[in-house]
Parts: sequence; structure tokens; C-alpha cells
Amino acid sequence: MISVQNLVKSFGDFTAVKDITFEVAQGEIFAFLGPNGAGKTTTIKMLTTLLRPTSGRIELDGLDPMVRQKQARQRFGIVFQDPSLDSEQTAWENMDLHGVLYHVPRKLRASRTEELLRTFELWDRKDDYVKTFSGGMKRRLEIARGFLHTPKILFLDEPTLGLDPQSRNQLWTHVKRLNETERTTVFLTTHYMDEADRVAHRIAIMDHGSIVAQGTSTELKEQTGTDSLEDAFLALTGSSLRDEGADAKAAMRQVAKMWRR
Amino acid sequence: MGAIYILWLRELKRYVRSRVQIVVSLGQPCLYLLALGFGLGPVFRQAGHGSYLQFMAPGVVGMTVLFSSVFSGIAMLWDRQFGFLKETLVAPVSRMQIMVGRTLGGATVAVIQGTLILIICLIAGFRPHSSVAIPLAFLFVVLIAVVFAALGTAIGSIIQDMQGFQLVMNFLVMPIFFLSGALFPLVNLGVVMSVITRLDPLSYGVDGLRGALIQSWQFSLAFDVALLAAIGAVFLSAGAYLFSRIEA
Repeated sequence: MISVQNLVKSFGDFTAVKDITFEVAQGEIFAFLGPNGAGKTTTIKMLTTLLRPTSGRIELDGLDPMVRQKQARQRFGIVFQDPSLDSEQTAWENMDLHGVLYHVPRKLRASRTEELLRTFELWDRKDDYVKTFSGGMKRRLEIARGFLHTPKILFLDEPTLGLDPQSRNQLWTHVKRLNETERTTVFLTTHYMDEADRVAHRIAIMDHGSIVAQGTSTELKEQTGTDSLEDAFLALTGSSLRDEGADAKAAMRQVAKMWRR
Repeated sequence: MGAIYILWLRELKRYVRSRVQIVVSLGQPCLYLLALGFGLGPVFRQAGHGSYLQFMAPGVVGMTVLFSSVFSGIAMLWDRQFGFLKETLVAPVSRMQIMVGRTLGGATVAVIQGTLILIICLIAGFRPHSSVAIPLAFLFVVLIAVVFAALGTAIGSIIQDMQGFQLVMNFLVMPIFFLSGALFPLVNLGVVMSVITRLDPLSYGVDGLRGALIQSWQFSLAFDVALLAAIGAVFLSAGAYLFSRIEA
């Protein structure tokens, strides 16, 4: 479903993503783990047509997202790292707007919006402005919205950041269920090892722009001779703090900013 | 088409729902009308130009439309900050449709604002020369709104932060207003002033409004309409180009 070969992204002389290659099969839940500044978000941005790769090949459901941009976009849903809801509109209106942008026919839009809002336990708040929602509710709404146009792939970029354990738990239950019932391929990034361990079928660990290991959770533990995913992660990426990671990210933003002008 | 409509509708909803903002944005033109219209009125009359309120009311309408439309384009900054912009940028619709929807939405809001101010002017004692003046004035309100909403979208696509916003307000929008002939007649000016005022797109919008409402033309109806339409086309193209280049 997702096929990435020798993908590279550099900003000026800083290379955020260095020659990564991986495959995600249909219906799979694939997790990307890595310290801050490892290049996870940059990779997601390239997969979702927001950034143009420096070199390498991407295929989403057999389509090159840069060449057949609209068809590719129709096929995936995305929940960004930071919120992307319109807080001045109601939950229902946010869903409706998304449905129109993704060409979901009116009747289907209404029925599917209701179904998803009920699934994510937001139905009784559907007419409230999003600005009155808690962090967890906003996240749930974004994920419900991502599923609205029945995407083949759902990208989740640190969807549980800042959520309490209850919300996190509930969110993954819903995502798992939709993955099973709709056969949606899920590509996620997270910092919580227990989540990746519980939800993902396969995991790739990224550090300094490269994939340092990939496989199932069990495989990763065996490979590193550790008995938890967290230990495996630390064994692979080292335990030094990534202050320079944040700097690199800031530097990248700076470059991207200049480049955009 | 669906995308254009839903984004246009969004701009409209945002406007209607923020009652405080409506009042605030109408406050400034009212202040100009009151302070300048009545304050400078006696001087203007002594200079033999008749009623200053009659003269400046079309200018204040133009100003309202200018501020409102540029502002709506720059409001993209907020959508960028709060993330909603990204939602539209990854949608499977062309950037052109998104840009047109947003821009038309902003222009529509500006037209509503302009109409409200015109009504306030009428209440304050402004009298257009006849009732047929209103539809013609409306045409100019629409033209000004489209021109500057497109300019706002173009600027909103480039600037990244609030400092940029202040820069644009102080060095672009305010000069466009003050140098447009909204507050003073564009006659007997020095060479430099004449050139500057003629480079200002709003000059033709204000002239059109004043011509339509009180039949006082500096240029001519056909010239104003043609020029504004041309500038509108240029700004829309520039806006579409710059908007298509945004990377999240």
C-alpha cells in the first residue's frame, strides 16, 4: 500500500531524511518510532504531498503522490501532529467541510459523519463549537474526520501527544477497530513505546534521518536481546538526549522559511 | 465547485458569528466619519468645496471595504497558526479552488461591511444624488473588495508571523488608504503626490464610488471600471500563484 525507496530530503546542507526504504502492506498498522528530530514528521510530510522529496520514490496505492497528487490525496487521511480543526465551527461543520473537500456525496457524508461521531463518542456534542472541546475530544474529532472519506491509508503523526491515558486508550481502541472493519492501512508515529507495542503490526525505528531497524515488536526485542520495546529502542538509538535534535529541527524550519519566500 | 462554495461559506460564517468583531470593524470608519466629517466640515466649507461629509462618505466606504478585504486575506495567518490551513492544503482539490473560495468569501464579507457603512453614512446625513447611484456604487464596492481580497490572499501566502502583519498594515494598507483621495480631492497636488496617488489602486475605487454617489469624477466611469478589473485580474493571478507555492 505504501512503498518508499531511497527517499531523501535535505534542507540546504542539512539532510533531514537520509535514504530510507520501507514497505507497508494493505491493512497493516505500521509505527514509526524515533527521538525528536529523527525525521519522522518530514517523512510523513513527503508521503502526504506537503513536501517535495529531494530524491527517491514514493508510491501510495500504486500512485506517485507528486505526479498524481489529487488521486493520491483522495486515498489517504491525515491527522497532523498539531491540531488542524477550525475552532470557530462546530464538530458537525468541520466534518461536513472535510466531506465536501474530499468529494463525499451529500447523503453518504451525513450518514458517515453520524456513524463516526457516534463511534468516537462526540455525537451529543456535534453542534458545539470546536473551541469548547477538550484536547482529547479535538483529537478524536480529527481522527473521525480523517476516516470520513474512507481513506485507504490513515497517517497519524503523534496523535496521542498530550492526552491522558483514558483518551489514549480509547483512541487506539477506535483506530484498531476501524483498521479491522474497514481494512484501513494505518501509518503512525509516536513517542509512547507501549502504544506501538500494543497497536502496531510492524515497527520501524528512525534516528538521525535513517531507519536503524524494522520488524515486529518481537523481532526488534530479539535483535537487541532486550525484553521490552523501550529497551530495544534505547539500545538502537542510544540514551543521549537529543538537544541537538531540536536545534536541527529549528534550523530546518528556518531554512524552510527562507526557502519559501 | 463544492470546495469553493464551502470555503466561501466558512468565511461568511466566521464573520456573522463574531459579533464583537463586526462592531469593532465598523467602529473605525464611524470614527473617521464623525471626527473628520464633522470636524473638518467647517474648514472644507470655507474653502468653497461644499459639504465635507458628502465628499468623504464615499471615501470612508472605500476604506471600510479596503480594510475588511485585505484583513480577510491576511486572516490566513491565523489559519496557518491554528493549523486549519493544512487541512485544506492536503485536500484533493486544486489550490486554485481553495484560493478562489477564500478570496471570494473575504470579498463578500467586505461588501457586507461596505454596505453597512454606507447605511450608517445615510443615517449620518449623507445624500447620494439619486437612487440609481446605489447599484453603480455597489459595483465599485464589489470591484474594490475583489481587488484587495486578492491582494490580501497574496500577502497572506507570503507572511509568516504577526510582525509581518504589522509591517503590511503600516507600510501598505494605511498608505493605500491615505493616498487614495478618500480624504482629500486629487486636484492641485504636487507632481510627486499626483504620481503616487495615481499609482494607488484604491484611488480609482474611491473615484468610482464618489462619481457614482455624488457625480464628482476625477477620472471616468469606464476608465475606473476597466482599470480596477485589470488590477483585480493581476492580483488574483498573483494570489493564486503565491498560494499554490505554500508548503506546510
